[in-house]
Amino acid sequence: MNLPLFRPHDDPGPSFAELLRRSGFENQISPESISGDSTSRIGKVPASDFRHGTTCIAVRYRDGVLLAGDRRATSGNLISHRSIEKVFAADRHSGVAIAGAAGPAAEMVRLFQLQLEHYEKVEGEALSLEGKANQLGQMVRSNLPAAMQGLVVVPIFAGYDLKLSEGRLFEYDVTGGRYEEAEHATTGSGSFHAGTVLKLGYRADMDPGEVTDLAISALFEAADEDSATGGPDPVRGIYPIVATITAEGYARTDDDELAERTSALIERRRARAESP
Amino acid sequence: MNMPFYVAPEQVMKDRADYARKGIARGRSLIAFRFVEGIAICAENKSSTLRKVSEIYDRIAFAGVGKYNEFDQLRIAGVRHADLKGYAFSRGDVDARSLANQYAQILGQIFTHEMKPMEVEILVAEIGADDGGGDQLFHILYDGTVVDEDMSVVLGGETEAISDRFGELDGVPELSGGLRRAISALSGPDRSLAPAELEIAVLERGTGRRAFRRLDDPEVALLIGD
Repeated sequence: MNLPLFRPHDDPGPSFAELLRRSGFENQISPESISGDSTSRIGKVPASDFRHGTTCIAVRYRDGVLLAGDRRATSGNLISHRSIEKVFAADRHSGVAIAGAAGPAAEMVRLFQLQLEHYEKVEGEALSLEGKANQLGQMVRSNLPAAMQGLVVVPIFAGYDLKLSEGRLFEYDVTGGRYEEAEHATTGSGSFHAGTVLKLGYRADMDPGEVTDLAISALFEAADEDSATGGPDPVRGIYPIVATITAEGYARTDDDELAERTSALIERRRARAESP
Repeated sequence: MNMPFYVAPEQVMKDRADYARKGIARGRSLIAFRFVEGIAICAENKSSTLRKVSEIYDRIAFAGVGKYNEFDQLRIAGVRHADLKGYAFSRGDVDARSLANQYAQILGQIFTHEMKPMEVEILVAEIGADDGGGDQLFHILYDGTVVDEDMSVVLGGETEAISDRFGELDGVPELSGGLRRAISALSGPDRSLAPAELEIAVLERGTGRRAFRRLDDPEVALLIGD
């Protein structure tokens, strides 16, 4: 691999996507390569032919933002993966959670992470949170042709804004539209039920314990009603992925804590069911 | 018809080397050295925005002396090379040795074929695995010569005087001890350098995926015991 040197007039600047394009990787990344140049020619990809990730949520709380996602991937009506990860660190102070076609989603996350790091290294300082959110919007928009064929990818972006000293979160739609949310956001097939739990349980001043409990119960209810969302699996030791983003940065909540909180939740449920 | 004067190739190369060396000697120098937990790079640089030392990849750092725009162009090319390689293959496949070779190719090419050589000297440093060992310091000169340094290296003008003052290290030092020594070697006997006049960064083992970290002025002051 050669040292990529460019003349000033065609320098790709701090953009990694642009660098890929100028370095001949174009065919591997452009949505046209997935969908072909005419969307009508190939038609819709059957849902059973690719893996699909489901419910993710984000909630603002006292110290910043929490991101969480269930662990199930489906191919049509089959479970194709029991412990897939849909919540990722984007950089030190932001994270992204993705629902939709698993392959394009994982590639989008990888490119997004690289884009943020590449910008930071080339420019010598990180993008603003607003800038990161816009970047992700552009990536979702560039996936639109593939989305028209069923390969929809819809992320949630959350981060801690170091300038404003607060957690912020952004929802997207398939067109790349970017919408900032003040309280919580959901994406994926179970988002309807998870969103209701969040809406009813939300308070602005939740501490890290309270917001984790709320997230676990939102995903629990979603899994209860939506076949594509996976519930906690104590037999295999699989729990949702929960991550918090605060002034200290992105941190995954460890499985032991999640196991404890999940069993407390199940215990409360059992007590409620048994009470006369 | 005008005939160009014959100039011996030895003379051409010597002139170019003198030109490059003069350009490099005009700037301030830097020292890189291995310490217990990794590699430290200590540069004399009054500017806190025009950097001489920066991050290339997870475990690789870059430092340059000489003409700023020239080594900065090389730095950005290095970041691009590393990020592309990590994307095409895997993060573990990005290494300092191949990057150093790429730099050497480019510098050598420019030295022999272009109108003027690049007035830069650069350093590519990489720390090894978390259990220690495998640290690498590649010093690349304006003509594409690559030197694989062992414990420490000085880049810039007056390298001999600074190396003498820094001396031979007996064993790998702690960060604070190494820094004190590096700073007094850079400043020389007649003056002293305050933390604000220095740019210091480390590649540190056991600090997660991205090992590169800049030390700010208060931290430097604390380390050198001011």
